[in-house]
Amino acid sequence: MITFDAVTKRYADGTVAVDNLSLEAPTGEITVFVGPSGCGKTTSLRMINRMIDATEGRILLDGDPVRDIDPPKLRRGIGYVIQQAGLFPHKKIVDNVATVPLLLGWDRGKARSRAMELLERVGLDPAMGERYPFQLSGGQQQRVGVARALAADPPVLLMDEPFSAVDPIVRTSLQDELLRLQAELNKTIVFVTHDIDEAIKLGDRVAVLRVGGRLAQLADPKTLLSEPADDFVREFLGHDRGIRRLQFVGTDGLRLRTDLTVPAGFSGGSPEPWVLAVSDDGRPLGWLRGDGGGGEPEPYGTFRPGRDSMRSALDAALLSPSGCAVAVGADGKVVGVATREVLDAALAEAADG
Amino acid sequence: MSWLSDFFGDPANWSGPDGIPARLLEHLEFSALALALAMLVAIPLGLLIGHTGRGGVIVVISANLARALPTLGLLVLFVLLLGTASILPVIIPLVLLAIPPILVNTFEGIRSVDPELRDAAYGMGLTGGQVLGRVLVPVALPLILLGLRLSAIQVVATTTVAAYTGLGGLGRFVIDGFATKDYASVVGGSVLIVLFALAVQLVFTLLQRTTVSPGVSRRVKVRQVASGRETT
Repeated sequence: MITFDAVTKRYADGTVAVDNLSLEAPTGEITVFVGPSGCGKTTSLRMINRMIDATEGRILLDGDPVRDIDPPKLRRGIGYVIQQAGLFPHKKIVDNVATVPLLLGWDRGKARSRAMELLERVGLDPAMGERYPFQLSGGQQQRVGVARALAADPPVLLMDEPFSAVDPIVRTSLQDELLRLQAELNKTIVFVTHDIDEAIKLGDRVAVLRVGGRLAQLADPKTLLSEPADDFVREFLGHDRGIRRLQFVGTDGLRLRTDLTVPAGFSGGSPEPWVLAVSDDGRPLGWLRGDGGGGEPEPYGTFRPGRDSMRSALDAALLSPSGCAVAVGADGKVVGVATREVLDAALAEAADG
Repeated sequence: MSWLSDFFGDPANWSGPDGIPARLLEHLEFSALALALAMLVAIPLGLLIGHTGRGGVIVVISANLARALPTLGLLVLFVLLLGTASILPVIIPLVLLAIPPILVNTFEGIRSVDPELRDAAYGMGLTGGQVLGRVLVPVALPLILLGLRLSAIQVVATTTVAAYTGLGGLGRFVIDGFATKDYASVVGGSVLIVLFALAVQLVFTLLQRTTVSPGVSRRVKVRQVASGRETT
């Protein structure tokens, strides 16, 4: 656990970057620091591994003040990932990843095999270990950055806007990868971002900081979206926080209808306005008019009940002319249909809760 | 052309204290000694100033002096002051001439390393010395070597002029040749000096190829790794 105990950072010119910050980043969870530029989020992060020293207050790592630990020793026990990855250009990827194990005195063979294992773990081909950083794309470099931070298996990981310099598609895949890794590794992660969507997606807890380095709110994402502490947080969350809150509402309780599916050769005769054509092996083909009018199957959207959120279900419904969302299993086969009425009821329930 | 064959074909030119091998060795000795002494001063100083960011003014002064310093004048001055009994009057101006390019390029090389890289190195727990030795120097090496090469070329050229003082070196063939109207010696000596300078260039090119990481110089053949997971 990382504890901020009334931490203030004041620079020589009087600027206050972090103002009396007290919070805890619990063990095994992702705590996100989010806020506009100048809110002191990066400064706060860098005070944990003493890249910057606090002016007042204490930062404790599992109860021990970090100020009492020699910086190089402290940092070797804390993984650190930064925006541009910061890979050593003169070293091969495998040697980059092996940096901290080698500093800790591991023998070369063991450090290298650990590095190879980690490359695989972050979704890279171990053959890339023999390349140099300039031969990798930005997203690949960032994966190497994560592997390097994890190399000596530190319990704590500090991530300073690690995904903000890559394009949105790569960013999403890196975020998913981080969540997958975290599910396996259970590190104590402090993650800094200026992107509220990233904070909500990744954080177990989100600390919203305001300019001047003051904590505006510390809450889990769901609470943050439903009960913002003040106007600043509300504004920072943006306009569609009601919609976004739906990503924390589950879909396992939806009452699915199974009587709306028809075989591929359907030619009309259903009392329903829309029916879903399903292939012989159970996969969705598209919506057809119940009276057999129209012609080609119309587009549809799918979600996986239990795994996907209400936001995905609603999105799936909005993609269909019928206004219904198609529920599919892990194998892609149709398990039922969530109609507008069912979704309406669930939304009403979510709004109450 | 007959001058060349007169000069290089004369067996007398290949032996004795004023023969080609002896003069070549002298030239090499003066240049190498001056360069080595300059490196001893300028590299640690450049690394220190570049790494700590303090004392940059020394670099600026040194760079300006280099432009203003009349090497030949210094050479004459030191010969008058110290006589020609030792090689010091030649070595001192050569060292002074050799320091600025090494100092400026070493400093610039270290200082221009991406701050993110420096940050990452400290953040992983490298000590200050490790950051300098394991990260900054390897990354700055192309510029450091460039400084050495510029220095070496200047030193080699100026050592030629140093023959005016009566000390040895390849310049003697040219200067003595003019004095005695022995044009074969002038032309032969000039050719030797040019070849020597080219050899120095070659040495530094090889040094660059062998010491700079392919990851820094980006001289790596792009090999395609067969893999389906290279999209991000």
